[in-house]
Amino acid sequence: MELNVTVNGTGRVSEVEPRTLLVYYLRDELGLTGTNVGCDTSSCGACTIHVNGESVKSCTMLAVQADGQEVTTIEGLAPSSDELHPMQESFQNNHGLQCGYCTPGMVMAACSLLEENPAPTEGEVREGLEGNLCRCTGYHNIVKAVLACSGQDVS
Amino acid sequence: MIPAAFDYKKAGSSEEAIALIVEHGDEAKLLAGGHSLIPMMKLRLAVPSVLVDIAGVEDLSYIDDRGDHIAIGALTKHCTLETSDLLLTECPLLAHVASKVGDPQVRHRGTLGGSLAHSDPASDLPAAVLALGGSLLAEGPNGQREIGVADFFTGYFESALADDEMLTEVRIPKAQGASWSYQKFNRRAQDWAIVGVAAVEVQGSTQIALVNMGSTPLRAEAVESAVAGGASAAEAAEAAAEGTDAPTDLNASPEYRDHLARVLTKRALEASGIS
Repeated sequence: MELNVTVNGTGRVSEVEPRTLLVYYLRDELGLTGTNVGCDTSSCGACTIHVNGESVKSCTMLAVQADGQEVTTIEGLAPSSDELHPMQESFQNNHGLQCGYCTPGMVMAACSLLEENPAPTEGEVREGLEGNLCRCTGYHNIVKAVLACSGQDVS
Repeated sequence: MIPAAFDYKKAGSSEEAIALIVEHGDEAKLLAGGHSLIPMMKLRLAVPSVLVDIAGVEDLSYIDDRGDHIAIGALTKHCTLETSDLLLTECPLLAHVASKVGDPQVRHRGTLGGSLAHSDPASDLPAAVLALGGSLLAEGPNGQREIGVADFFTGYFESALADDEMLTEVRIPKAQGASWSYQKFNRRAQDWAIVGVAAVEVQGSTQIALVNMGSTPLRAEAVESAVAGGASAAEAAEAAAEGTDAPTDLNASPEYRDHLARVLTKRALEASGIS
């Protein structure tokens, strides 16, 4: 069926099978492979994107459910191709990643978290990221990166 | 994992949704946030041939003050419940329990009506509504009917809703200033409760509901009577597993769940200050 969706600010019209998951539409149809598939069971958060500005797991949403909605992926976060989003910069500055597989989902979840709670405590960041798993056990620096991005002192 | 093929229909109103489920009968499933249904479809535990998407029915997302109760539209998302000033004042237990469902991403999609209609005994919100003693409004081809929450959960993933009915509203008695506590025990972040206990004192009556202690959420009636009879938290909580039928799975044996029910009930009674 016909799908009308705005992805990273660009309107897209595509023909999709209703059972197509949003993450596969983004990756396979649009070539936006920055969004990773991790567990495929809505546990790990690697596939986190924004729908209308809120974090969601794109492996647990049908592409057709995004009809008429605004989707943002990690590719659409930075203001331009040679500039990083402040959250991406903060992950870089605070060594908030090791292998990088969870990173796109972490960054998207973290941006959504700060949108709802602009100055979270460390505990609130940890709870706010409970839907995202990092198997390099890199949580300390991820939490630090999010706190730093919110303008809080992490030294 | 990709779900089996299905026809997708978008309903713009509850009337349209009901007409579609009447037309397709038990082959059809209503889709709201999809955070229970889509995982089951990916695992082929659910194979509906028609999905009726009701997420676009805008007039079913609200939290209204109706005098003696709060009326909540079935499509209200968990993230809306957890931040609602009205609920935080008039029914803080429900707002708190909503904040304990899954993780933020799940709460951005999942809906109260979806969670109740799904009737998973391991879910948080069904037990919270059961403890609060609300009622649910179902709409079908012959109009509306109100179902008391005590009659709503009829079995494992089964509710009193007929195939051609749709849950439209949840009514919760106001409980401003009430003592309450929700104790959820799990071993992994964002997981379902291995056992959970919701306790609240509504107009002088202690009401306790258990998560994952049987095929439906259950009221801990023996504990409620003991509290009414003046028992201490420790004494009353000893009866928490009475009349339950705890499941067994990789996380816990029935005996361990019985133990957890007693421990968590004691904590809930103490933390709430009920006894």
